[in-house]
Amino acid sequence: MIRVILPFHLRNLARVDGEVQLEIAPPVTLGAVLDALEARYPALRGTIRDHDSLQRRPFIRFFACKEDWSHEPANTKLPDEVASGDEPFLIVGAMAGG
Amino acid sequence: MSQIRVLVGTKKGAFILSADGQRKNWKISGPHFAGWEIYHLKGSPADPNRLYASQSNGWFGQIIQRSDDGGKTWNTPGSSPEELKSADGFPKGESNKFVYEGKAGTHKWYDGTQHPWEFKRVWHIEPSLTDPDTAYAGVEDAAIFKTTDGGKTWKEFPGLRKAKGNLWQPGAGGMAVHTILLDPKNEKRIYVAISAGGCFRTDDGGKTWKPITRGLKSQFELPDPDAEVGHCVHRIALHPSRPDVLFMQKHWDVMRSDNAGEQWREVSGNLPTDFGFPIEVNFNEPETIYVVPITSDSLHYPPDGKLRVYRSKTGGNDWEALTKGLPQKDCYVNVLRDAMAVDQLDKSGIYFGTTGGQVYCSPNGGNSWNAIAEHLPAVYSVEVQTLK
Repeated sequence: MIRVILPFHLRNLARVDGEVQLEIAPPVTLGAVLDALEARYPALRGTIRDHDSLQRRPFIRFFACKEDWSHEPANTKLPDEVASGDEPFLIVGAMAGG
Repeated sequence: MSQIRVLVGTKKGAFILSADGQRKNWKISGPHFAGWEIYHLKGSPADPNRLYASQSNGWFGQIIQRSDDGGKTWNTPGSSPEELKSADGFPKGESNKFVYEGKAGTHKWYDGTQHPWEFKRVWHIEPSLTDPDTAYAGVEDAAIFKTTDGGKTWKEFPGLRKAKGNLWQPGAGGMAVHTILLDPKNEKRIYVAISAGGCFRTDDGGKTWKPITRGLKSQFELPDPDAEVGHCVHRIALHPSRPDVLFMQKHWDVMRSDNAGEQWREVSGNLPTDFGFPIEVNFNEPETIYVVPITSDSLHYPPDGKLRVYRSKTGGNDWEALTKGLPQKDCYVNVLRDAMAVDQLDKSGIYFGTTGGQVYCSPNGGNSWNAIAEHLPAVYSVEVQTLK
């Protein structure tokens, strides 16, 4: 079970409270988590990464196990602690603007 | 008894203001989509309970929201549980997806070079006059999209960008299709306006478009007096009874065309300044039009700190200031292009919102005004539904 924490506005958009839990077959990669998230909550499609290019939107960041995974390619395998559900995968709206 | 519903898009959410036909006692619901920029929301003329909203922000991009119950509840079209039952588990609809047709191409950039077309957001949604599931979206970078399935999917009319789109150049506010007018007497005819792009018309339902800018003069921005594109059109408006008559608030100049945009003439007349953003036509009087003069392109607030709507009962040239109930000192708000609307009651109601968060209503064609909301976030858009 993968645990995903969404930022405030995306929780509202997906209409979820607290963490999202996703079943993902190994290997648990960055792209697999986002694919599963968007399949479960299609309202989130396009809000985290571009519809076509699948590039991360500029003010979105990915964190897990106190590390920044934002610049890693989609096929990057996430830490075992994320795959096991011991640690959450965080999608964060970057500090930007005033 | 008639009901009025005012749909207000703001910098931090949407608000719905409701009153009966007296337009005295208003209820405010919202914020809907709190914290998001709502560039525009508008109801379907064919089904007033069907509303469309454009929700966006810099972090998460563009969302289309739809209500089927007059704004009580909202959904992103194509993402309800019933719509997720496709074989592969993915939704059939992608209401957020705005992708330019074919090779996106380039337009003119600030430095004169060519720059790729990049979708940013939906500025304006214009529902069909006859079908609740059909609507048009004006987007930045400038293009027009259409949905025929209630907002689940959107498809571009690429012909608009072929109308010399390579010469369009973003202004300070961005390069967007901000105005879409549907001709109620000819379903094949649509008008759009683009800041620093110009004004365009299709007569074949959106396949091909042509600039309709003859008579516009933008001598400081466009030295070529015959330039077909590049004019900074802030807003156009028409009256449904005679859609060939168009009114325009340009960057500078208030203009009028009596032949569907083939030729324009200036009707700024005695306005204190002919810079501004919105322009509207009284529902009961097709020759009565309204503008809100703004000091200049450098000073986006009313002249002398006085918020004045100007009304012409002669289709332009002769203008009178409407001030009763509006602040006449120390007022430095702006009124944006999509933030003025009219109702369809016998005693014409005129509405506008300000960047200071006020929404004003005149239940008597502009003679006097009341603030019906005073402390909202900056108002981006105002639309009115007359529910009979």
